[in-house]
Amino acid sequence: MKAIVNIHLKPGVLDPQGKAVHHALAQLGFKGVEDVRVGKQIILILEDSLSEEEARKEVEQMCEKLLANTVIEDYSIEIEK
Amino acid sequence: MKVAIIRFPGTNCEFDTDYAFGRIGADRTIVWHKEESLPKDTDLVVLPGGFSYGDYLRSGAIARFSPIMKAVKEFGQKGGYVLGICNGFQILLESHMLPGAMMRNENLHFVSKFQYIKVLHNDNKFLSQTDEGEILNIPIAHAEGNYFVEPDKLQKMYDNHQVILQYCDAQGNYDNPNGSVDAIAGICNENKNVFGLMPHPERACEKILGSADGIKMIEGFMH
Repeated sequence: MKAIVNIHLKPGVLDPQGKAVHHALAQLGFKGVEDVRVGKQIILILEDSLSEEEARKEVEQMCEKLLANTVIEDYSIEIEK
Repeated sequence: MKVAIIRFPGTNCEFDTDYAFGRIGADRTIVWHKEESLPKDTDLVVLPGGFSYGDYLRSGAIARFSPIMKAVKEFGQKGGYVLGICNGFQILLESHMLPGAMMRNENLHFVSKFQYIKVLHNDNKFLSQTDEGEILNIPIAHAEGNYFVEPDKLQKMYDNHQVILQYCDAQGNYDNPNGSVDAIAGICNENKNVFGLMPHPERACEKILGSADGIKMIEGFMH
């Protein structure tokens, strides 16, 4: 089983990396971009013995404890069988 | 005074810190992060600068779970003095021993230079030997020093004199090298026994090397 964790800065928090990428895209002539947010993706390979629900709970705890800093970051979890 | 300087894999300012506290006559011990207790009669714990765990995931995010950090947290909760410099500050934020979080510098650059900072409050042990409004010249060297805290929390910090250092220019006017909210350079916790700052006082301990203002700062712990 695979858990895919996406981590992004919260909407109100300034994202300097996103801004720099946005600027670079505009310089390359891509005009239609309104905003860019850069995040990270963490892929966890989990033991198959866990149920999907158990896995989600476990990964949620991992996010709260270590993977994300919830002061500035939001996260989302996708479970793939 | 007995100072315990914690060394994580990737710490690189432990010897400068050791030297600086030696200059003011403190007893120092460098403590490996795998230890589970602090040396007996420790008065001050310093988390020095560097790149603990290669800054992987987020600066300070993994060091926070090192075995020694449990003892450091307990020490701080009991009122023991804790000082985090640069990466040490980031570790204290990740440990929730100080409020807020660090982000990449606004200009995305690693900023390494002498920087003026202003003392906002000296009603705390750390800055007790400086004057309010005093301008100090201290090196900074970081890529993630863009301090963020929610506005309502920030207001409480101002009310309680927890915002203690602010970046400025030589005349004390607004200057912001990294995009920190209100150009904040250093803070303390509610009880004023846990301190964190991005500038490196330990690198400003000899006039011949540009500034000895750092001595004035750390000397506070001796009083």
